[in-house]
Amino acid sequence: MTTQTLSGEFFMAGNAAAAEGAIAAGCRFFGGYPITPSTELAERMSRRLPQIGGVFIQMEDEIASMAAILGASWAGKKSMTATSGPGISLMMENIGLGVITETPCVIVNVQRGGPSTGLPTLVGQQDVMQARWGSHGDYEIIALAPGSVQECFDVVIKAFNFAEQYRTPVIVLMDECTSHMWEKVVIPPPEEIERINRKTPDGPPPEGEDFYPYRCTDGTMIPPMPKAGDGYRMHITGLTHDEKGYPKINAATQDKLVRRLCDKIRKNADDIVITEDYMLDDAEIVIVAFGTVSRSAKSAVRIARKKGLKVGLLKLVTIWPFAEKKIKELAERVKLFVVAEINYGQIVNEVERCVAGKAEVRLSSKLGGELHHPEEILSAIPEVVV
Amino acid sequence: MISDTPEITRITPAMETTQELLESHPLDRFLRGDRMPHIWCPGCGAGNVMAAYINAIKNLEIELNRHVVVSGIGCTGRIAGYINLDSYHTTHGRAIPFATGMKVANPDLIVTVISGDGDLFAIGGNHFLHAARRNVNLLVICVNNYIYGMTGGQLAPTTPLDNITTTSPFGNYEHPFNLPYLAMASGAAYVARWTTIHLRRLTKSIEKATMKPGFSFIEVLSPCPTGYGKLNKKGDALDVARFFQEKSVIKHGSNPFDAGVREGKEIILGEFINRDDRPSFLEYQRRMEERVVGKNANK
Ligand code: SF4
Repeated sequence: MTTQTLSGEFFMAGNAAAAEGAIAAGCRFFGGYPITPSTELAERMSRRLPQIGGVFIQMEDEIASMAAILGASWAGKKSMTATSGPGISLMMENIGLGVITETPCVIVNVQRGGPSTGLPTLVGQQDVMQARWGSHGDYEIIALAPGSVQECFDVVIKAFNFAEQYRTPVIVLMDECTSHMWEKVVIPPPEEIERINRKTPDGPPPEGEDFYPYRCTDGTMIPPMPKAGDGYRMHITGLTHDEKGYPKINAATQDKLVRRLCDKIRKNADDIVITEDYMLDDAEIVIVAFGTVSRSAKSAVRIARKKGLKVGLLKLVTIWPFAEKKIKELAERVKLFVVAEINYGQIVNEVERCVAGKAEVRLSSKLGGELHHPEEILSAIPEVVV
Repeated sequence: MISDTPEITRITPAMETTQELLESHPLDRFLRGDRMPHIWCPGCGAGNVMAAYINAIKNLEIELNRHVVVSGIGCTGRIAGYINLDSYHTTHGRAIPFATGMKVANPDLIVTVISGDGDLFAIGGNHFLHAARRNVNLLVICVNNYIYGMTGGQLAPTTPLDNITTTSPFGNYEHPFNLPYLAMASGAAYVARWTTIHLRRLTKSIEKATMKPGFSFIEVLSPCPTGYGKLNKKGDALDVARFFQEKSVIKHGSNPFDAGVREGKEIILGEFINRDDRPSFLEYQRRMEERVVGKNANK
């Protein structure tokens, strides 16, 4: 088997970098369906995976793609799909199956403008609440947003590591700008890349003894995961189930299961939440941004600083779970938050919730189709005369 | 479905002692005893199909850990939960793509999808077409009871014309699918139909289909006395068995085009398709990999 993983400096688009990030993280199964602006990611996987002993399959739709990556994950492969717009809507049901069966996998959503067919070729950030709540029922999810081509590579590796560590689907909220933008990417040698693999049990119990696929004994709330064919003879269902994996349709089992599914993410938020500060130390005004918009926001900070205004940037890399602690801390000392996002106000509501009236919160909104100009972000600051 | 990939080692189980035979049923080890009683109504055909499946894997004598059962949602979908193998109860209609991902990710596994007619052919219809088109190495067993059982007897894509369901109270005015014809046209390598009274033939058919490279499909006509039977005055399971016996004719190799199910007409059973001229998904994929990484690449 060839193990042709790349390392060195490359000039590539975000979709290609995300594909290489997946391969570097150990992804060896991709099931997908073409959709703009994510298609190049699938194309690259179709070329790369057969070279390194992986499997690429183009499924008949996004529903099937999502189902296939869950099946592949239980077969022991790190698996991924990539989609956009209507495609991510179609994946929602089986993302829920991934959550309840605790199946590690990565879903890249290259966001375009919506609703519906919307703006297939133009940028949007309108799926952030969908990433959080899109599948029915109560659950927690991990979602990460890269803001550059390098970050497409880096963040996809993080996504796989979180998926494996926390046994959950992880959504990578890319956007059309990063997906099609070409930039320099540095791919480290394979031995320098951190790769986390799912915990596995020690081996099937002796004949006649029961195996409990959803029993966790090490206090982490994350049970070790066997793969199909290893002799555990487990039953895995999308129904509410007990530790044995058996369906139990009652409130007590539901309470125990859903609480653990949510808490394994909630209680590890400190580990999962990644943010980046830019000139925040003395800031009185904080711009909150994520994805490609964080780059306009950085320029906005520089312009404001030249005008003598104490403006800083909080860039969210992890979108879900939300950077609650960080925002609450900042709210104690700053007077204004400006949330710049390419939607009509989604993350701004989360910021408002965390700020809880301790500072002013303003939205700098674009409705999809183009990035914010730095000046547009600044115009939300009353002191700025642009 | 497996001969394209890894070698099969047959394992002959030790003979049960008389003591063991007295204390247990020979198929006990294939079932999850702690999940009994099952949810099925008296006279339901789902259990018969489950029995045929476990008899088939017993007869095949392939290491049991390699078998995986995947099902969707519905009365038949519950079969996965009662079988003592690695089993996956997925979302409604999505058993086939889940199974496809699993099989191609690890061709060592022997993956069988067992689900109902509504699950496989209404909500999941598109996946069936494409799995058969790809000739992906799976066996799909459809328990066809002409109705949605779990939700209480609604119209299915297999309900015969004029039949009563809770959502066609004045008689069905939609044409049903002819499933073997659909499977053949989509490219399946093996297509058969049996009823729940043809259990020995069904078992043999499952054994054969399991060993077939590519996509295999077996339809099993099955009684649902609670839903379909009651609404259409078909009597109890025994009456349906008698009906199957009277109306069935076995015509191996006959054209599935003629095998549509029509109220009051003969029911054509048998092995319709058993072809070897279409390489399976895994076979074509292996050829592509050889071109990419050279002849000596080992999988
Ligand atoms: S409703 Fe019909 S299909 Fe469902 S268990 Fe009862 S008899 Fe079987």
